[in-house]
Amino acid sequence: MGNTFAEKVLAKHAGLSETSAGSIVEVTPNTALSHDNTAAIAAIFKEMGGIHVFDPEMHAIILDHAAPAPTTKHAENHRLIRAFVKEQGIPHFYDIGRGICHQVLVEEGLALPGELVLGSDSHTPHAGVMGAFAAGIGRSEMASIWALGKLWLKVPESIKINLEGRLPAWVTTKDLALMIIDELGADGALYMSVEWHGVALQHIPLSQRATLPNMMAEMGAKNSYVKPDEIVDTFLDGRAKRNYTPIFPDSNASYRAEYTYNLDSLSLQVACPHSVDNVRPLAEVEGIGIDQAFIGTCTNGRLDDLIAAASILRGKTIATGTRLIIIPASSEIYLAADRMGLLADFVEAGAIVESPGCGPCMGNHLGIPAEGEVSISTANRNFRGRMGTMQSEIYLANPYVVAASALAGKITSPQSLM
Amino acid sequence: MEILRGRVWKYGDNINTDVIFPGKYTYTITTPDQMREHALEDLDPDFRALVKPGDFIVAGSNWGCGSSREQAVTCLKATGIAAIIAISFARIYYRNCLNSALPALTCPELIPHVEQGDEILIDLKKGQITHAEQHYPFPPLPEAVQELFAAGGLVAYTRQRLQIARGQGIIRS
Ligand code: SF4
Repeated sequence: MGNTFAEKVLAKHAGLSETSAGSIVEVTPNTALSHDNTAAIAAIFKEMGGIHVFDPEMHAIILDHAAPAPTTKHAENHRLIRAFVKEQGIPHFYDIGRGICHQVLVEEGLALPGELVLGSDSHTPHAGVMGAFAAGIGRSEMASIWALGKLWLKVPESIKINLEGRLPAWVTTKDLALMIIDELGADGALYMSVEWHGVALQHIPLSQRATLPNMMAEMGAKNSYVKPDEIVDTFLDGRAKRNYTPIFPDSNASYRAEYTYNLDSLSLQVACPHSVDNVRPLAEVEGIGIDQAFIGTCTNGRLDDLIAAASILRGKTIATGTRLIIIPASSEIYLAADRMGLLADFVEAGAIVESPGCGPCMGNHLGIPAEGEVSISTANRNFRGRMGTMQSEIYLANPYVVAASALAGKITSPQSLM
Repeated sequence: MEILRGRVWKYGDNINTDVIFPGKYTYTITTPDQMREHALEDLDPDFRALVKPGDFIVAGSNWGCGSSREQAVTCLKATGIAAIIAISFARIYYRNCLNSALPALTCPELIPHVEQGDEILIDLKKGQITHAEQHYPFPPLPEAVQELFAAGGLVAYTRQRLQIARGQGIIRS
């Protein structure tokens, strides 16, 4: 019997010739990711007796969650982090404005095929888009890695998802992810590694692939892997911080379950309040009034998402009484969007373009809804209170749908505007 | 590592952290001794009065699902529960157990045979549970995790390992 990606990559990083699902291994990550929570982790690190971090090169620290700082308290947190970075001589530090940690990690070539990424953020599986094993861990665990350079991991079982066909117009991988989460449930991949395979992938750009491992966190997955190909190599050319060796699962590996989806028949989906697996076809929720629309986040704030939004918004104006907030996921995307004239399209349509970062995604700042208001967003989570207000509702959809809804002031299909 | 012997408290599937340690206490109750008083309060009102140090919890699938609160592990450890055996664990609950030096063992074959109050033996090193003279294997804990257990949890373990590494000049200062 062959091995899954998770079995092969964890064996490699544990220095073993082989391992299998259910075993516990001790591994050293290539990258240890932390963000605005770095100061809190540093406090645990010191409590553990840490003085110097095990390997400054291993760290990727990106300030994004409350950036720029909305309060003095947040500013003080950032100050502590900058001091820690300086004290420890950490080279891969990205201050406010560079972008959302998961996107920046990929752009900076710090998550590479066959590598191991551990992050103190639940959407760390995002980096699986590069063919890395990437998993979220707790803060004490991160502090222990900083001190000792290693952590134990349980080798997960794996699910294999095969993709066939092509995405229809207006339909994106966001719809695919929502449809799968609806079908398998919010615990459908609990503790598991979700592998993406299939001929359809070659037609899906990296920006859209990334949405898949990103959203698998909402299905309980430990990590999610997209089989790397030439598109990944081309992207990493000139970016990769290290040489890398991709790892591929064996064709006779053993999976807990296998699913095949044909993209040809996929339709627009919306996750309704207050859970990501409360998914309905767009047609069933059309017409629900919205107060705020938000396009951004690590899930759907990349250039292709902004191009999609601009294709809907260009030359039009958003509905009176509706706000539209647009946040490019990184400074690189921000600049590219500016060069393409997209930012002008957005502002002319009545949108607000904010600086790269998480924005209102988790309710820190930059567009928190009022009580009783309804938001539609391209983010990955819609739990009650997620955007900072317990008494508000969040719908999740792809960027075409969110842009179309901003124009109409209610949940709207992009098709109906054409 | 010694062999553990104890009595079983048996529960079902999908037991969430809210009934293991109620969310309403998370900000008011802070010490393990206080947490112990509310362990499994909403699941089994008898548990707190009758549990003895060294007892085990045996459960179905997805034990500890829901919020990631660490109190749901700490409160059971404070009652003296010596191990939790389940068909499966929620991911963060599982990690919290091992990082708190509480054995969380996955042994699906055992579960249907065990009743409330039964006595079982656990050999952590060998990876074997004995019940009614039948042996049930589970993946043994690797050395790294056994060391973590011996130290008493992740924070203490890291502190110890750092001191050793410093002594050997393996890490800086
Ligand atoms: S954009 Fe949202 S989901 Fe992504 S890292 Fe930031 S807060 Fe988390």
